[in-house]
Amino acid sequence: MTLFYALIAIGALALVFGLILGYAAVKYRVESNPIVDQVDAILPQTQCGQCGYPGCRPYAEAIANGDDVNKCPPGGEATVKKLADLMGVEAKPLAGGEEAEPIKKVAYIREDECIGCTKCIQACPVDAIVGATRQMHTVIADECTGCDLCVDPCPVDCIDMIPVAQTVQTWKWQIDAIPVKQID
Amino acid sequence: METLLEQIEHGKLWQFPGGIHPPEQKSVSNQASIGRIPLPDYLVLPLKQHIGANGQLLVNKGDSVRKGQPLTRPGANWSLPVHAPTSGVISDIKPMPSAHPSALPELSIVLTPDGEDKWCELNPVADYTQLDKQALIDIIHHAGIAGMGGAGFPTYVKADSAKHKPVEFLVVNGVECEPYITADDLLMREHAEQIVQGIEIMQHLLNPQYVLVGIETNKPEAIQAMTAAAAHNDKILVRGLPVKYPSGGEKQLIQVLTSKEVPSGGIPADVGVLVQNVGTLFAVSEAICKGKPLIERVVTVTGNTIQTPQNVWALLGSEIKHLLTCQGFEPVAEQRVIMGGPMMGFTLPTVRIPVVKTTNCILAPDNQELAVAGPEQACIRCSACADACPQTLLPQQLQWFAKGKEYDKLEEHNLFDCIECGACAYVCPSEIPLVQYYRVAKAEIREQKLEKVKAERAKERFEARKERLEREQEERQNRHKRSARSNTRSTEQSDKVSAAMERVKQKKDSQSAVQAAIERAKAKKSADGTLEPDNSEVALERAKRKEKARQYKAEKDAQATPDMHAGGEGSRKDAVAAAIARAKAKKAAQQDDDTAQSSSDAGTEDPRKAAVAAAIARAKAKKATQQDDDTAQSSSDAGTEDPRKAAVAAAIARAKAKKAAKDTEQPDEAQPVKTDAEPVDPRKAAVAAAIARAKAKKAAKEAEQPDEAQPAEANAEPEDTRKAAVAAAIARAKAKKAAKEAEQPDEAQPVEADAEPEDPRKAAVAAAIARAKAKKAAKEAEQPDEAQPVEADAEPEDPRKAAVAAAIARAKAKKAAKEAKEAEQQADTVTDEADAEPEDPRKAAVAAAIARAKAKKAAKEAEQQADTVTDEADAEPEDPRKAAVAAAIARAKAKKTAKEAEQQADTEQASSAPEQESPANDAPLSAEEKRQAAIKAAVARAKAKKQAAAKDQEGNDLS
Repeated sequence: MTLFYALIAIGALALVFGLILGYAAVKYRVESNPIVDQVDAILPQTQCGQCGYPGCRPYAEAIANGDDVNKCPPGGEATVKKLADLMGVEAKPLAGGEEAEPIKKVAYIREDECIGCTKCIQACPVDAIVGATRQMHTVIADECTGCDLCVDPCPVDCIDMIPVAQTVQTWKWQIDAIPVKQID
Repeated sequence: METLLEQIEHGKLWQFPGGIHPPEQKSVSNQASIGRIPLPDYLVLPLKQHIGANGQLLVNKGDSVRKGQPLTRPGANWSLPVHAPTSGVISDIKPMPSAHPSALPELSIVLTPDGEDKWCELNPVADYTQLDKQALIDIIHHAGIAGMGGAGFPTYVKADSAKHKPVEFLVVNGVECEPYITADDLLMREHAEQIVQGIEIMQHLLNPQYVLVGIETNKPEAIQAMTAAAAHNDKILVRGLPVKYPSGGEKQLIQVLTSKEVPSGGIPADVGVLVQNVGTLFAVSEAICKGKPLIERVVTVTGNTIQTPQNVWALLGSEIKHLLTCQGFEPVAEQRVIMGGPMMGFTLPTVRIPVVKTTNCILAPDNQELAVAGPEQACIRCSACADACPQTLLPQQLQWFAKGKEYDKLEEHNLFDCIECGACAYVCPSEIPLVQYYRVAKAEIREQKLEKVKAERAKERFEARKERLEREQEERQNRHKRSARSNTRSTEQSDKVSAAMERVKQKKDSQSAVQAAIERAKAKKSADGTLEPDNSEVALERAKRKEKARQYKAEKDAQATPDMHAGGEGSRKDAVAAAIARAKAKKAAQQDDDTAQSSSDAGTEDPRKAAVAAAIARAKAKKATQQDDDTAQSSSDAGTEDPRKAAVAAAIARAKAKKAAKDTEQPDEAQPVKTDAEPVDPRKAAVAAAIARAKAKKAAKEAEQPDEAQPAEANAEPEDTRKAAVAAAIARAKAKKAAKEAEQPDEAQPVEADAEPEDPRKAAVAAAIARAKAKKAAKEAEQPDEAQPVEADAEPEDPRKAAVAAAIARAKAKKAAKEAKEAEQQADTVTDEADAEPEDPRKAAVAAAIARAKAKKAAKEAEQQADTVTDEADAEPEDPRKAAVAAAIARAKAKKTAKEAEQQADTEQASSAPEQESPANDAPLSAEEKRQAAIKAAVARAKAKKQAAAKDQEGNDLS
């Protein structure tokens, strides 16, 4: 008889928990793989395609599916490290041997040389180039992600990638700049 | 239990945690009163001397300004104006090193004083209590007053904040806790009245319950002066504070005076407190009561390397160097000059930096006085920094996180509550530059946040773009589908109708199947018919044109008139191209026993080389005229593509050609003069070509009046639309003239001046047409006594139809050639191969050269043998896909023609005679590979172009 009660009790418990779990599974269902969003948030969103994927989100999805985390040159070592932390993998040096601290650049169109071919406009992933056919084009520097994608299509090579000038606002104290003296 | 207010009234003070007691060093500079220094040679006024945005420039270089005149106009976002500190001239406006640890250049106005120090008109307010609060705030705003304690926060914003939240206490900061600095001390001693006036103005604006003036007890004179000045106002409570660094920090001062703690990440207004520096209040009083904007401030110039350390009134924009020299500066080795105090100031990279609104102290210590920090040692976890921190942070923890770049941890540990007072670094036994680490980390975090915002925006824009592109593509597809559907719909409808009729019929006579099928077929047929109206139309048109051409031919049959047929040029490019080509081809054919032949072909496509080419052509033409006694044959082809130069070149060429014609004294034969100036403008080319051809024909007829045929063709196809008409007219006139001059022509003297503009794309098409014409000319020359209708059917090819048209043209050309051969005995052989290979600008020159060489060769062969005329027309259509096929067909036909000619007139095949002469140049027919290469190149180019065009198109759509 005791065995019977025990079975009933455990069965009832199992039923209750089963219902709770089943409800939770429906109610708190996760739509997409949250790791993709987390990875995407870490990526620099330059949409440059240097990773081999057409944009940052596709690469985020690839990382979530097990691709290497060291394919993002614009992000530099910092991004690789963050991605490695997030994915629980070993941080590797950047593929392709790019420098660890990428220099921020923006595209600049030498406007008197521009022939107005619109090729760069089509190449720009963030619509940061304005202009019309046979009209001079120009780059909205604030929107430019420095992805380099407009440089190649230009038939007259009038696009330069210019390092972003440092201003008082972006200046950083150089703690390492303190001279180290060698004492003989 | 007393309330907070009562406690404050009774003078109770509170403590803030931590704090240090560094040596004060105030007596160095507070002994003398505030001095005046001479005007500097120039003043550098950065547009931005505060937190917020720049004002807009009101002055230009070269303007002269009065003292106190605004130089910028404030805009939105906390922007403040700057004013001229003295009268003078604006000598420059450019980026100059800024008062910042980096000394990065910022836009500044450089003012050269005139020494007169003349004020502009001032508008003092007699009684500020009568004035609207907003008006007062505007005066403060336009006086350019920013917090003079250090941060430079615009004062008008603070004064305005009472609107949003009531201010319980106005705290006046006269603490000046940092060592060395005595600027506020001296200001309070000497200008307590004005400071109290400023306090009262703020009182009027903010209406606080109490005004608490905090002064450290190490400034007894200042406390005394302020107490005396504020005696009449019982709302102003002057408090002497215990000396402890950093009690002058805003948050610390509030805590000491009111016991209130500003929440983490908050501002004093959150606890109903507003803090103003005494210097700021003095400036407010000056602005309201005297109308003077903020143009000068008290600066402490101190340190052991200064002979007379003292506070001075420094005009904003004076260089630090000027201040130092005025006070007697004796620099030591590795001299440092610090802006601000020793605790929170920064070492200047250069002394050529201006005094700005927030500069309170210039410290020039010697090396004993303020030791250079030694090398950083390892942290021993003594926690002295944590004890000293007035913000109760964990400095050592922060330091490790900062070193490890764990920025999220830093934020968790409230790095941004750090006031960078430097107390932790001061007490650190390991000499770790803690504050430096925090500053770096803060800058880094700020940058990362900015970057994140930017990345977010980039992502948004990227996604928006993607969406847009998808949408556009969908729209495009829909459009296609719709048009396709509308087509099928009509078919379907008719199908349905017929089906219905069928059914009826079926019922009626039940013949069904067969009939139904027929019915259906009919329905379809009708539907199909409606589906292709374009083709039929086009075909009709072409047929008409051909018909016309044939009639024309028939008319002229007896007189060996060239029949020029401008076949409907479907595509714009074909026409243009046609022209080009003609030119090359021609050169053709000069026959005579003792003729001197010169065919000069300047086929240069590069605009730069056009002129050169034209010159060469001219030279050759001249030579030719000299050489020939009986006959003058000069074919000069100036192939210039540059639209602008083409006309000129063509004209020159024509002139020479005329000359040559005249020089011929006993011309026996016809002298076909062809002047082809070929148009570049695709749209008008067709029209122009047609007109030109018509005229040429006319000219030819006139020339035919003599016994023999003197076909003169003037094809003036204008290249520049504007110049086309002119060029055509000239060409025609010349052609006519030439024809008339040839009165007793025994031989053919084709003089051709060809301006060949080669647009790479159109070259192939053009070549075909040109060749056809060249053939014609040659034939005419050969059949002096007979009438030989020559047809040149240049039907410009819509790229798709190019192949077909080319084939037709070739067939006709062959026919003509055969006829010519039959007739000719005395006539000489003119072998002319014109290979117009579309020239990619780079390859054009090469191609042209080859063509020329071939033409020459052909001419020579003709001289030697005096027989056949083999003429080959190579039409290379441009449609990339069909180009190869068409080219092959054309070649085959050309060969065939050549062979036929050989058989008939036992001549040599010009086309297969590369080995005879001019070894460098291979005849295109025999050297098949070469030609194929050329064709391939052309195809590739055409494709590239097409792609580019498609892209362009896309771009147009996008934009």
